[in-house]
Amino acid sequence: MPKSKSAYSIPTKKQKSDTYIFVVWVDNEAGVLARVVGLFSGRGYNIESLAVAEVDAIKNISRITIVTTGTPQVIEQIRLQLTKLVPVHKVAEFKREDKNVIFKEMALFKVVGKKSKIDKCLNACKKFNPVILDETKSSAVIQITALRREIDIMNKKLKPLGLVSTSRTGAVAMTRGAQIFN
Amino acid sequence: MPKLYTGAEIVFKCLEDQKVEHIFGYPGGAVLPIYDELKNHSSIKHILVRHEQGAGHAAEGYARSSGKPGVVLVTSGPGATNVVTALTDAYMDSVPLVCISGQVPTHLIGTDAFQECDTTGITRPCTKHNWLVKDINDLSNVMHEAFKVATTGRPGPVLVDIPKDIQFAKTKYKKPKIEKKLNGKLQNRFSQNDIDELIKLFSKAKKPVIYSGGGVINSGPKASEALRELASLTGFPITSTLQGLGAFPGDDNQFLGMLGMHGTYEANNAMHDCDLLINIGARFDDRITGKIDEFSPKSKKVHIDIDPSSINKIIKVDLAIVGDVSSVLNRINKTIVISKNGNSKSNKSNIAKWWEQIEKWRRKDSLNFINSDKTIKPQHAVQRLYELTKNKDTYVTTEVGQHQMWAAQHYKFNKPNRWMTSGGLGTMGYGLPAAVGVQIAHPEKLVVDIAGEASVLMTMQEMSTAIQYNLPIKIFILNNQYMGMVRQWQELLHEKNYSESYSEALPDFIKMAEAYGCKGIKAVNPLGLDEKIQEMIDYDGPVIFDCHVDPNENCFPMIPSGKPHNQMILGPNDQEENKIKGKGKALV
Repeated sequence: MPKSKSAYSIPTKKQKSDTYIFVVWVDNEAGVLARVVGLFSGRGYNIESLAVAEVDAIKNISRITIVTTGTPQVIEQIRLQLTKLVPVHKVAEFKREDKNVIFKEMALFKVVGKKSKIDKCLNACKKFNPVILDETKSSAVIQITALRREIDIMNKKLKPLGLVSTSRTGAVAMTRGAQIFN
Repeated sequence: MPKLYTGAEIVFKCLEDQKVEHIFGYPGGAVLPIYDELKNHSSIKHILVRHEQGAGHAAEGYARSSGKPGVVLVTSGPGATNVVTALTDAYMDSVPLVCISGQVPTHLIGTDAFQECDTTGITRPCTKHNWLVKDINDLSNVMHEAFKVATTGRPGPVLVDIPKDIQFAKTKYKKPKIEKKLNGKLQNRFSQNDIDELIKLFSKAKKPVIYSGGGVINSGPKASEALRELASLTGFPITSTLQGLGAFPGDDNQFLGMLGMHGTYEANNAMHDCDLLINIGARFDDRITGKIDEFSPKSKKVHIDIDPSSINKIIKVDLAIVGDVSSVLNRINKTIVISKNGNSKSNKSNIAKWWEQIEKWRRKDSLNFINSDKTIKPQHAVQRLYELTKNKDTYVTTEVGQHQMWAAQHYKFNKPNRWMTSGGLGTMGYGLPAAVGVQIAHPEKLVVDIAGEASVLMTMQEMSTAIQYNLPIKIFILNNQYMGMVRQWQELLHEKNYSESYSEALPDFIKMAEAYGCKGIKAVNPLGLDEKIQEMIDYDGPVIFDCHVDPNENCFPMIPSGKPHNQMILGPNDQEENKIKGKGKALV
């Protein structure tokens, strides 16, 4: 190994990365999303998807759902660093494989083509509660809710059937059963 | 009807209620209403700096030496961007600062107005929190919250950005909410079980070492007392980070000296070979740990810190105790005293062998250097400065580089809050303005900035500030004409290619001192150095001391990059051990 000329240490062996979903309750104020996102970019964590909206208009609370990957150590750091931000109330994190948590994303597909093609699209989406939001003689906008990778698959599948535009949200998450996260 | 106050008045009412006595600042268009209000508040003294970075560092020096938050007042745009370095420095070293910046009027925000910049956007990553006050009714609460955020938990800088129209607008003033004393409950998340577990580890340990850091200083003078008590109860050897120096007496036999990249042989070997490592208020910085995989491989590790995100960030620990150092240490000490089951005495015999080993390492005398009677060795200069000032309760600041490490190695601190240096960010130009701030907080004390000639030129303009306020700071420049630490790395790792590390043109520091209106002293020879240092100490006013030192001296010992603690490079004495023994060469 060549001699290091750096004043910094050499990176050591990496642990395995996993996908986690963070749910962050924050004060809905100017700049709060920038603080959360800036923490991720500034410390070199990545964001696979992001969903954010106000969930309590009276208490002024927004809920941010972030899908990220990292080693267990990095994931713990993300949680602790998020908790330190002043407008953050609480932070929950779930492994993507966690059976006690529901993850969902929504996608809108615009399909252009004859009725028969559009029907084929609808049929292909059957498993994911397709809803037609708009329909003309030569087009349709179809909404589905599904997991990220399922939407990825549908996105590919519908291309030959006339899919011209896709719009999708980040994942949102909710625990199963009666408990809520505190 | 309650009285209405302008935003500018509210700023000062808040500062008064927060018991602020000094603010460091520089006026400009967007803060003029606040400056206009200054004359009506005689309890608050404004220190006019010459550059906003200087204001920030001066406030840092003030905060670190006094334990109170430093307050900075700057204008919008360049005023705010100039203070960013100081904010980042304070963020890295956990220094409580409250920075108030002016902003263009709210209706002009986002229009690229004159001296407009996205101050809250720029300072978001280098503050604990920041606020843009867009509604005058929020101002009082934001100001009080700013002081609370800056000073509680792990301290740090905050910034409040106040548009000019808000400074003119009027509203009622809200006093800070009087909060019930929580006895630190918010920060202390440890239980007696944790403490008991720690005591168990104490009693089992055969090779323990305490590694204390800046958190002990930040926790207040009581924490340093508690640390001393813990050390005397346990008899454990203790080492300190750069920021922790002074928490434990530097001349005590239990103290192993600083650890880390330029730490002592005994401290680093103790860290490597120990079986119990007790981190108190330090953060396993990369200058401390060396190679992570081989960091203290045989030890159980304990980490006491107020910041939960510091725990397991770099080094996995076996026992984490989250809380204020002072409360944790007091609980530990009480528990040791109560459990009379022999801890305090029998443990000391447990570790007698360990102390023997440490004494062996100590005999290497790793801070030794080959002295000369022809040129001033920088280590010698620091040692003489120490000997001549040690009885004066001296406050020392530094710039960044070799001189900083020599100061840390050879100047021994016995009290906390006497040592102000930029560790995390490593900001050249920190020491001179920091000395200004320290002297403001302690007008009667001796304040010395141990400087390098390259660093000190970065913020030299603050000598004007020192003159204006009659601050008798002593700028002790170890002048080797090089950016010494850069030169050292180039010598050791870049085949002596001294790329741009030599200063071809340096000012005549004596004339410079005269130009500023202070005293200049020059030393080029070890003969008479003491008299000149004494002259500097005795002079009633600021001094620039130009101490010409050996330009080729390197800072040893040193852990080279990517190496563990037990593979240090020692100084030339050791390297040539077989040729010329030890101090003998000093006389050659």
